[in-house]
Order: sequence, then structure tokens, then C-alpha cells
Amino acid sequence: MSTGASGAAGSASQDGGSGAASTAERTPLLEMRRVNAHYGAVHALRDVDLSIYQGELVCLLGGNASGKSTTLKTLLGMLTPTSGEVVLDGEVVNDRPISYRVARGITMVPENRRLFKRLTVRENLQLGAYLRKDSDGIAADMEHVYELFPRVKERLGQRAGTLSGGEQQMVAIGRALMSQPRVLLMDEPSMGLAPALVQQNFELISQIHEAGMTVFMVEQNANMALGIADRGWVLQTGRVVLDDTAEALLANPALRTSYLGGGKGASDGSSGADGTAAG
Amino acid sequence: MEEGAPPSGAPRHRPPRARARLLRPRTRVDWFLTVLRVAVLIVLAVGFAAFIAQEINPDNPFARWANPDAAGLTGAQFRGLVISGIAQGSMYGLIALGYSMVYGVLGFINFAHGEVFMVGAMTGMITSNKLADAGLWESNFIGSLVFIVVVSIIVSSLTAVVMERVAYRPLRGAPRLIPLITSIGVSFFLQNASVVLLGPASKSYPNVPDWVKAKHTFLQIEGAKILVIVVAALSMAALWYYVDRTKTGKAMRAVAEDAEIASLMGIDVNRTIVKVFAVGGAMAGMAGILWGILFRSVIHTTGFLPGIKAFSAAVVGGIGHLGGAMAGGLSIGVAESVGPLLILEPLGVSGVSQLRDAVAFSMLIIVLLVKPSGLFGERLPAEDRA
Repeated sequence: MSTGASGAAGSASQDGGSGAASTAERTPLLEMRRVNAHYGAVHALRDVDLSIYQGELVCLLGGNASGKSTTLKTLLGMLTPTSGEVVLDGEVVNDRPISYRVARGITMVPENRRLFKRLTVRENLQLGAYLRKDSDGIAADMEHVYELFPRVKERLGQRAGTLSGGEQQMVAIGRALMSQPRVLLMDEPSMGLAPALVQQNFELISQIHEAGMTVFMVEQNANMALGIADRGWVLQTGRVVLDDTAEALLANPALRTSYLGGGKGASDGSSGADGTAAG
Repeated sequence: MEEGAPPSGAPRHRPPRARARLLRPRTRVDWFLTVLRVAVLIVLAVGFAAFIAQEINPDNPFARWANPDAAGLTGAQFRGLVISGIAQGSMYGLIALGYSMVYGVLGFINFAHGEVFMVGAMTGMITSNKLADAGLWESNFIGSLVFIVVVSIIVSSLTAVVMERVAYRPLRGAPRLIPLITSIGVSFFLQNASVVLLGPASKSYPNVPDWVKAKHTFLQIEGAKILVIVVAALSMAALWYYVDRTKTGKAMRAVAEDAEIASLMGIDVNRTIVKVFAVGGAMAGMAGILWGILFRSVIHTTGFLPGIKAFSAAVVGGIGHLGGAMAGGLSIGVAESVGPLLILEPLGVSGVSQLRDAVAFSMLIIVLLVKPSGLFGERLPAEDRA
């Protein structure tokens, strides 16, 4: 992360708890304006409005096939919206390829980490900085990743596939940070992990958020996600049905009925069951 | 954060599939394969033992048991066969790299790659004859060689890149069988294009200088073979450096493993695939020149058999693995050169010198029987290679 970006983010995150109110007058870092998207005949996103401000930690909740992954794909440019606009830092990027958006500060930690397992940890981190030319800056960011995750430094020469799940998660986040992102997208950080690792993973996310990173997280595990997020949206069959602060969403009885289907015990520790169903 | 994580030495979960493999009851196919493996290994062991017996004393009963006429090999003959095998095998290795790299990134076998090798050999033939006409071939052999190598690498790289653009890229989303069949079509196209442009007769490279033909004091090896082995080794080293150390090489390996995530890193997947074809084509072009220098004769079907053998080499070494492609090439080259006299003749098989090709492909079958993923191949979990 460049010092400039993290400095600005740092000041913003000081009032991160009540982010929604204080950020209203600024332009969002990343925005979706009435976006519709289709997979063939399937209408996957319906008039979705999202706005993510500098320094926020926000989450998008929803069950299986609610359009969460489609939202990420549309933001990154893997899918072109059929109508509406994807706006990155004030610029409409609908027709821009992934590499353009990555170079302008958006990146993603994919679901299930998806490290290059046969490459070494160092190579994984270097690939994160693929589009960058500033070798000094890359070296500095490498050091920054080691500071965040000292365990990663011990594993640099190892193939990524040989690491434990928790270490792989650190490398995945480190690799994303190497592209010098201004906003980090996280796809299902709790997916496919043992409960202890899910806990660790959410701690990693709040850790990088406190270091100044803007995070947009897509998650099924509402309680875990809202526990660390400032704001959140709930997506249901491609439509945003709830849009509120984390506290309000947690207190909202509609959260359970709308997307957890009213199941009583389903809201906590449910990620494992949901995860296998989604895979 | 540290408390939540398990100690790094904690046992990892065995993937369910591997567990299933161990627990699954053995089927009739498993028994059949085991019998086949044992039978093959016995044949190899008996043949080799008979060879050893024969080398120790040609008249002992074990050596005479299967083949009363076996002559055995002198040390010089054996060395000569091994060196020829290494020279030929290093060319197979160079070609095999292209099969392996393309399989790595696209997951299909480009059967037209042997024809890229043929295009390289043909280009070298045309260029070297032009140089010979101008008198440069004799007066400056090394300079001419460098020149024809450069021209041939350019032409064969271009052939491979155009092939990717025209024949394979439109089929990117199609099932893998479709580009595979297309590649067979491309192979026929290139062979016939060569007949149309250059005629169906076999054509020869100009005479090489005496120092290339002569046997050198060093191990009594012909200069051409030394040249082939040295140039092939240098090309492989350069390729290894390119793939292992450069940024583009890292991008290639990333695309090979997970193209979607590679594009998320900002890697241009299409451009990387083009580079893979270009580099594979360059290696095949290099091999084409070496082939021309060593055998001096080329025809439009020159690419077929070396191509198939190089493909076997890539599989023997573990497809997708570059070191494996080189090792597979060398082992197939040496096996087909030494194998007939080492294993088959002591077993009493007649006409062994014509069985090189059979030995090369038997090598493929034997390796697949014993280690289906190839010598250096890794068995990938199902999630990686669906």
C-alpha cells in the first residue's frame, strides 16, 4: 500500500464505526449504479446499487445463488453488465478489462483462496504485483506483507500448495495487497475453512482494515461478517433487499426471514453447511 | 490471530479421493494391470540379465538359451549407441517442450506440433541451400548455422502463433476433444502445404564441413552429435531460465495453473498463450535445424514420427512438466537406440534393429503402466484438472 493511500485511509477509518453517516458527502471509491447483469437468459442482478467509500469495511450478504459472486465478477470486469454503471473512483469502467481495473486499485481475494499451488509463496506474491513496474515499491510492499503476516516470510521458498489453510489465507491476502489496491474485494472468506480458521480469517480482515484498507466482503455467514463490518447489504435473487449499518442489520429480524429462510439455529456456525451446499 | 491457527506441523487432511483410492476393493482391472506390470518387468529383467550374461561369457547357457546367435556389444558400440540416443533424444526433448507447454496452459495435445518441427527443418533446408549457393556455408559454417537457426526459429514460431490464432483460439471454450481433433487437421494441412510449396520429394541439406562429420578424439563422437547435444542443452537451459526466472515465465506458469486467477493478477491470458506457442515453436524450429544437420534429409512427413515420439516423451516425463519433457526425450532416445540390442536381441527377437519405434512406444506404455502420471508428473487433485 502506498503511504499516500494508507494515510488517507487511516484518517477515514478513525470514524469507521459510524462510516455511513460521515461518508455521505464524499464520492464513493467503488460504486454500482442500477446494475443489471445476465448469464444468458438468467437475470442475475436486478437494479443493484452499491457504494463503497474510502476506509470502509462493508459486506454483501446473501444465500446461495443470490447474486453475490455475480456482483464481484461485475465489479472486476469478468462479466459486463447489461445495463447500469460500474464506477471506480469516479470513472465508469463498464467496458474496461480486468487488468485496467486492477491497475487502478481494485483486487479480489477469491473464494477458496485459489493460490497458484505449484508456485512458491514468493512467486505468488510477485504475481500479485504483476502490473507494477516500481521494483522499490514492490520490495517495500513485500516487507509490509511480512510485517502483517510474519508466518508468510518463513514460507517464502515453499510451494503454496504445501501450506496449511490458515497460511494459504495469509498468502492470498498478501498477494492481493501486492497489487497496491485501494479497495479489496473478499469472496466468501469463511468458505471451506474449519471454524477456527474462519475466526482467524475474520481477524485478518479486520487487521488489514485497521491498517487502512477499504474492504468489500461477500459472505454467507451474516453474524461473523456483520461482527466486523461497518455497513452491509442483503441480496436476494439478484435484488438488494436490505441496506443498513451493521448494528441495524444484526438487530433486524427481517435479516433472518429474508435470507436465512427463517431457520432458527441457522444464523451462527452455519457457514460449514452452507459452504458445502454452495461448492 | 496466532492462537486461532493450528501448529504448522499439524497433519493435513488427506483429500477424500486419495482415501477412497486406498480403501476401494481391487477390481479385475487392477489385477490385470498388476499382472501386466509384473510381466513387463520380468521381460525387461530377463532380457537385461541375458545381455549381462552374454557380455560376461558369450558361451554360457543362459546367454545361449534364448538366442544362440547373439553377438553382444563391444564397449565402443555401446557407447556409440548411447551417444546417438542422447543426440536424438535431446531433439525429442526440444520438441516435447512444445507439447508439454501447450498442454500446460490449454489442456489439450497439439498434434500439429510435429509439423512445426518439420517447418523448422524445411526452412533450415531452404536457407542453408541458399547460403551454400552463395558460398557462405563452406566459408563461414558457424555464422551460417546461427543465421539458419534464427530464420528457422522465426518461421516456426510464426507458424505456431498463426496456428493458435486461426485454429485454436476460436475453440477456446469448446470441449478439449475439439481442439485436439482440429490439431490433427492442422497437421495434415501443414504437411500438404509443404508438398504444394516444395514438392513431395525428399530434399537434403548441403554438405557439412569435415570437422562436423569426423569422429573426434573425445570419446570418438561425431562432431554433428556433439553439436546437437550442446545446442539442445543450451536451448533447454535458456528455456528453463525463461520459464522459471522471468516475469513472463511466471505468468505462463500462473496461466497454466489457473487462468482465471491469473487474469485477476492483471496477466493478459491471451497474450501469454501466444507466447507459449511462440516459445514452443522456437524450440521445435531449433530441433528441426539439428535434425537437418544430423540426418541431412528432410521430407514433408519428417515431422510425423519425431512428433509422435516427442509427444510420448512429454507423457513419459509427466505432461506439463518441462524438466520431465527433457528427461522423457532423453530416455526415449536412449531407449530406442540401446533397447533393441540390450533387451530384445538377448531374448531372441529377430530383426531387432528395425524395432526402434516399437521400443520407443513400448517405453511409453511401460511408464504409463508403472507410473501413470509420468516420471516427474504430479497427480493433481480433481479440483485442479477437472
